[in-house]
Amino acid sequence: MRINPETLKQLVRNVLSTQPDEIGCDECFEQLDKFVEITLADKNTAEAMPLVHEHLLHCQNCREEFEALLAILRGME
Amino acid sequence: MVQRTNQEWLTDLRGSAREETLVDLAAILVRGLRYALSDRADVTAEDVEDFIQDTLIRILDKLDTFRGESQFTTWAHKIAIRIAFTELRRRRWRDVSLDAIVNRYNSSDYTPPLLRDMGASLETSAAMELLAVTLWRLIEEKLSERQRRALIAVTFEAMPLEEVARRMGTNRNALYKLLHDARKKLKGALLQESISVQDILETLG
Repeated sequence: MRINPETLKQLVRNVLSTQPDEIGCDECFEQLDKFVEITLADKNTAEAMPLVHEHLLHCQNCREEFEALLAILRGME
Repeated sequence: MVQRTNQEWLTDLRGSAREETLVDLAAILVRGLRYALSDRADVTAEDVEDFIQDTLIRILDKLDTFRGESQFTTWAHKIAIRIAFTELRRRRWRDVSLDAIVNRYNSSDYTPPLLRDMGASLETSAAMELLAVTLWRLIEEKLSERQRRALIAVTFEAMPLEEVARRMGTNRNALYKLLHDARKKLKGALLQESISVQDILETLG
């Protein structure tokens, strides 16, 4: 079984950047509308909403949904 | 179309103007979802309509949970995306068995050979090999069977969390927590290995 080195690197980065406390997908979803508007306003999301920011670094599915939401709001501006 | 404030959306959806308001909201959400899904060949106009209908039902059901921390339409788009993406992922992975994909990685003496990066120096490749072998051993040694299966499916096969969760009899949120625990274990174990963090980070580039 061959493993893509990029996938491995991404896993290791993911592992090393793991925080003791991370919110789950439900809590991220609850706050995602607020988070996306902060992003649109060009504010520093890592400072303003660090837990959501962190979750999106570790969760590909929530990240996809965030990017789709961002694209919609930018496209409809 | 008339612009509404958050309060107007809530009032109109709760009052006698509900039906017209839902039509207005649907029009906004359809535009948004079409835009978000425009690059996907597997989505029909009918699909979008179905997603929007489900979204409107969910919105009416959850209206009291809207906290007013964003525009009402942002909140609504968020729900539409969640519904659409969940269903599209379910379809895409419908015929995929978790056992089948995880079993491809099963072997008691299995060592994963990496695809060689043709541009890398021999030194870098050797370092990457060491990292891969170490991490694989830690996955085998330190994680529970559930954690190992979930990690393999999500990381190496890019299987969506809710698809793995469904097959494991749990939900997306609980699966994220399971993977978080797995990552914490791996982090602790990796940092105890003789490879230094500095070496790891340099290897990753």
